[in-house]
Amino acid sequence: MMEKVLEKASSMNNQSSNIVYNTQQLNLWYGNHHALKNIDLEIKENEVTAIIGPSGCGKSTYIKTLNRMVELVPTVKTSGKILYRERNIFDADYGVEELRTKVGMVFQKPNPFPKSIYDNIAYGPRIHGIKNKKILDEIVEKSLRGAAIWDEVKDRLNTNAYSLSGGQQQRICIARCLAIEPDVILMDEPTSALDPISTLKVEELIQELKEDYSIIIVTHNMQQAARISDKTAFFLNGEVVEFDNTDVIFSTPEDKRTEDYISGRFG
Amino acid sequence: MAQKDVTGQPSVQELIAKSNSKKQKKVIEKLIPFILLLIASVSVLTTIGIVFTLIVETVIFFTKVPVLEFLFGTEWFPFANTEQQFGILPLVVGTLKVTVIAAIVAVPFGIASAIFLSEYASENLRRVIKPILEVLAGIPTIVYGFFALTFVTPLLQQFIPDLKIFNALSPGIVVGIMILPMIASLSEDAMTSVPNSIREGALAMGSTKLEVALKVVLPAALSGIVASVVLALSRAIGETMIVSLAGGSTPKFDWDVTDSIQTMTAYIVQVSSGDAGYGTTIYYSIYSVGFTLFLFTLLMNYLAHVISKKYREEY
Repeated sequence: MMEKVLEKASSMNNQSSNIVYNTQQLNLWYGNHHALKNIDLEIKENEVTAIIGPSGCGKSTYIKTLNRMVELVPTVKTSGKILYRERNIFDADYGVEELRTKVGMVFQKPNPFPKSIYDNIAYGPRIHGIKNKKILDEIVEKSLRGAAIWDEVKDRLNTNAYSLSGGQQQRICIARCLAIEPDVILMDEPTSALDPISTLKVEELIQELKEDYSIIIVTHNMQQAARISDKTAFFLNGEVVEFDNTDVIFSTPEDKRTEDYISGRFG
Repeated sequence: MAQKDVTGQPSVQELIAKSNSKKQKKVIEKLIPFILLLIASVSVLTTIGIVFTLIVETVIFFTKVPVLEFLFGTEWFPFANTEQQFGILPLVVGTLKVTVIAAIVAVPFGIASAIFLSEYASENLRRVIKPILEVLAGIPTIVYGFFALTFVTPLLQQFIPDLKIFNALSPGIVVGIMILPMIASLSEDAMTSVPNSIREGALAMGSTKLEVALKVVLPAALSGIVASVVLALSRAIGETMIVSLAGGSTPKFDWDVTDSIQTMTAYIVQVSSGDAGYGTTIYYSIYSVGFTLFLFTLLMNYLAHVISKKYREEY
């Protein structure tokens, strides 16, 4: 089945350079628990790739493996390869800091730093050595505009980010991520803690960000995946059951299990 | 409503009603807050009593010695036969020397230990080290005093030949060692309580562990850290045994740390353990010194409050 998918993928676009992430035979264990099994996935530039599946299927684990945040769990073991821009992220000489500077992440629960809005956005550029106040000011404005929150916060950049609402905090986190102009943005259920209106705003934002970034989003919400993504991967019990264009997955899935899941028969 | 079931047992609601109808229970409910208030007021009243005694005796002292002479005098000769001098500054300077040296030792080492424990040490290592720190905080200060006098001072004399047997440096360092676990342990608590999601947010931006610790966790925990430092320094100011044993009893108004000093606390010990008669100026002077000490601690607590409020980063 995988060959077919790859065939399809390559027929849609022949250039290999626009592949951002190429996962090859990835396995991951938490202690003895085999959480990801022989994952093969190709993720393309300037697309929104949604990862769906029931709880515990390994979708969050997978996205956290892409920037190696999963290794914060001490018992994690991996095998296989993840090529990011043709370089294996597990290579000994590939520093995690270098990788994470290229690959930003937005988390399930908004997690701004307990600092002012300005310092939140300027944090990334600062740790990577940008000190010039004028340049920082520009980055902050550009990032906040990019995350569609500039108009709401421009008059109170010096207030604590925790004084904002949950939805605003999440957009601050997205802006914080944009501030170092990453190549890829990983989003781990970014709207699961937000109200419907905030969710809508973040979804619209993802559509805009697609122009400049490659986005991989884990979501529990199938309608969301259908609304915003170009490609969808369906995970089940640590395996990729099906990976295809989103409209194909949601209209004519090949696998019975995919069909059962998207029609709400389980999960 | 509840009815008797077929077995003839009363229903639960009936049992509750029966129990509630007892008078006793109501009386106890009314008495309890009053009894608790009484118990709580014991400690409050004790504090008020202590402060009251301090103030009364201090006022009597100031009828014998002018306030200005006490506050700005640079000579402290209470035991002189001809002309007694009661200028508090030499004692304050003695206390400050010890406290500043203690802070120089304890603040950087304490915060560094806290960073190590909260950000780098494994859960197991932390579980071993934290109780050890707490044991260190429980060593009687008299032991620290002898440690300063019989170990640290001779050791320092190897490097500083001019160092006197009684000096400010050695007790300062040892007081620093004494308060270090307090700063380490309380700061570690403050840093550990910073949510992990914030650390993850910083790591995901490509921060190194050190950047996370210094630029994210430390500022977020700053109010707790400042509070721990001020608490520890209050202890250093009030520390008595170490400075009495290793600091000497020569009140001096200078910044020399190699020579004998006397701190406010050490003076109180000296007079209390001597034979100053009730009603003499010397007797009242220990209250005035005690009151000054009290004001210092009060000031420290106020400062801690202001600083932690100003730098608080809410999360």
